[in-house]
Amino acid sequence: MNSIVCLKEVPDTEARIEVRDGKVVEEGIQYVVNPYDEFALEEALKWQEQNGGKVTLVSLGPERARESILKGLAMGADEVYHLSAEAFQNGDSYATAKALAAAISKLGEYDAIFCGRQAVDDDNAAVGIMLAEILDLPHVSVVSRLEIDIDAKSAKARRDIEGGQEVVELPLPAVITAQKGLNEPRYPSFRGIRQARQKPFVQWGLEDVGLAADEVGAAGSKLEIVAVLPPPERPAGRIIEGEPDEAARKVVHLLRDEAKVI
Amino acid sequence: MDFELNEEQRLVRDMVRDFAEKEIAPSAAAVDKAAEFPAENIRKMADLGLMGLPYPEEYGGGGGDYSSYAIAVEEIARACGSTALIYAAHVSLGCGPIYNFGTEQQRQTWLPRLCSGEGLGAFGLTEPEAGSDAGSTRTTAVRDGDHYVLNGSKMWITSGAIADVVTCTAKTDPGAGTGGISCFLVPGGTPGFVPGKNEPKMGLKGSITSALSLENCRLPADHLLGEEGEGFKQMLITLDAGRISIGAMALGLAQAAFEEATRYSKERVQFGEPIAKFQAIQWMIADMATEIDAARLMIYRAAAMKDAGVRFTKQAAMAKLFASEVAERAAFKAIQIHGGYGYSQEYPVERIYRDQRLCTIGEGTSEIQRLVIARQVLGKL
Ligand SMILES: Cc1cc2nc3c(=O)[nH]c(=O)nc-3n(C[C@H](O)[C@H](O)[C@H](O)COP(=O)(O)OP(=O)(O)OC[C@H]3O[C@@H](n4cnc5c(N)ncnc54)[C@H](O)[C@@H]3O)c2cc1C
Repeated sequence: MNSIVCLKEVPDTEARIEVRDGKVVEEGIQYVVNPYDEFALEEALKWQEQNGGKVTLVSLGPERARESILKGLAMGADEVYHLSAEAFQNGDSYATAKALAAAISKLGEYDAIFCGRQAVDDDNAAVGIMLAEILDLPHVSVVSRLEIDIDAKSAKARRDIEGGQEVVELPLPAVITAQKGLNEPRYPSFRGIRQARQKPFVQWGLEDVGLAADEVGAAGSKLEIVAVLPPPERPAGRIIEGEPDEAARKVVHLLRDEAKVI
Repeated sequence: MDFELNEEQRLVRDMVRDFAEKEIAPSAAAVDKAAEFPAENIRKMADLGLMGLPYPEEYGGGGGDYSSYAIAVEEIARACGSTALIYAAHVSLGCGPIYNFGTEQQRQTWLPRLCSGEGLGAFGLTEPEAGSDAGSTRTTAVRDGDHYVLNGSKMWITSGAIADVVTCTAKTDPGAGTGGISCFLVPGGTPGFVPGKNEPKMGLKGSITSALSLENCRLPADHLLGEEGEGFKQMLITLDAGRISIGAMALGLAQAAFEEATRYSKERVQFGEPIAKFQAIQWMIADMATEIDAARLMIYRAAAMKDAGVRFTKQAAMAKLFASEVAERAAFKAIQIHGGYGYSQEYPVERIYRDQRLCTIGEGTSEIQRLVIARQVLGKL
């Protein structure tokens, strides 16, 4: 069973994001593998252990992303195609999906494409699904449990929906986007780290995927980011006074009628 | 001059840090409280290939450099001092002598088991009469046909009671001073090899520290490590490397104390402000940050020199001396910054303070480090 895993490098979820002149200040930010992509990769590795075949990473991002990608190889992926050329960068979900799709269509036979449900930087949750559309593949998103029958070339996925779960059956190849809880991503072992640096690490430019500069990256995007704003300052907490059951009643009342969260 | 870790070292740091934060730190308080050997931690570290990290792959090791190993010790110590000591003693003192001085047969017999983490290694040097004066070993090994018979006792041996093999010093030539000391590989369970009880300690309570007694303990002659009379030299070389790891352990504990203190200083409000706004607190934090940075540079330099194959005795002693004393000051300040809460067992700085305390004692006290450094600096007087 051959799998493709799309892996993106994102700022560490604990990084303090600062906005200056309408842009995120990049200096001082630590980068990590998008956590949802780790679930995607773990799932691909799990099914590889059962069914054999290979796991190929495809990543679109700047040169800087090399170390995050190496972590993916250290976890056990076999090879990586890194769309590192400048032209690919700073695209919207569509331009990114288009570049990834072009790259994947050069990679030969595969049974599944695993993506994270979303990247935790832009939070668009769109690339995986667009990728499926562009490649004309079935897809299932936000998957929290997966069974694959490789002989029947089919998959059965459970996905979280509002207030419940949905079970979907679909033929392979397909695009599957991973939700937290799908699995427990492994830590790369020391041996894995050493082997990672020996594995095929291919950097691809426009010619390699057969696209023109105006089809990808910022130039190929349908969206333009016109402003980046920091979230509003969190207002100070409020202390509800009173006896416990009376205070609890007040809190419930405030959560329901004022904050409207329950 | 290059002050950056290389790519492999960065990947090791990130991996071990992530692993230690999620898998080791959560149980550190419980391990301390119950004084319970953290077997699960060691098993998980074995799965990640950490237990033989700096030894060649042909012996089941990871084939990594000593710097990566020091970084791993630092990151483990940042999460749990007990686990870090067990790890450092196993790799540096348990595996080190066998790899450095063992015959091919001895390496093949022991290293794959130790490097895979199936079993632990230990080093039995200290005795009731031989602490800082490690050359005054009283344990004897008498040749008897194709065996040696060992008699004597050891003190304070980390993991000695549970190890697969303990490298023990013993006198083969009682008249010959330190030149009469040899090392022997004593397998756990050998008749006449009797571990004492686990010593109750101030800190590092998850690590098992025991006296060992050797009572007519018969070992086949091929359990001699290297040659007769080489034991003292083997011990000095082993400690040189081991000091880097004890220094790395001190560094990790100092870092943990520092992080706890900075976080707390931003949260704790007195006089209407977070205490981090008071200059007195800021100075403590600035001093901690500066000293930890210096300690880290010294540890990494000593490790890099070892990796480069140059003599590092002085730099390892300096790094161990400095890092262990930095850990003491950092843990002290971390408690000070926590005020009364720092004295409570509810906060980790109390445990860190007790755990770090060993680092100015084990593998040569601070006084002995100064002696080693002075000898290196002054030469023969
Ligand atoms: C938790 C723990 C784990 C340990 N693990 C191991 C282990 O795995 N294997 C092992 O072999 N040992 C181990 N040790 C023993 C440790 O290495 C010794 O405790 C240490 O070397 C000091 O020896 P000592 O305790 O006999 O102190 P002593 O040598 O009696 O020292 C007492 C004091 O006198 C000072 N002093 C001694 N000589 C001099 C001098 N010439 N000049 C100036 N000051 C001097 C010392 O610095 C110290 O302050 C461990 C100890 C502990 C506490």
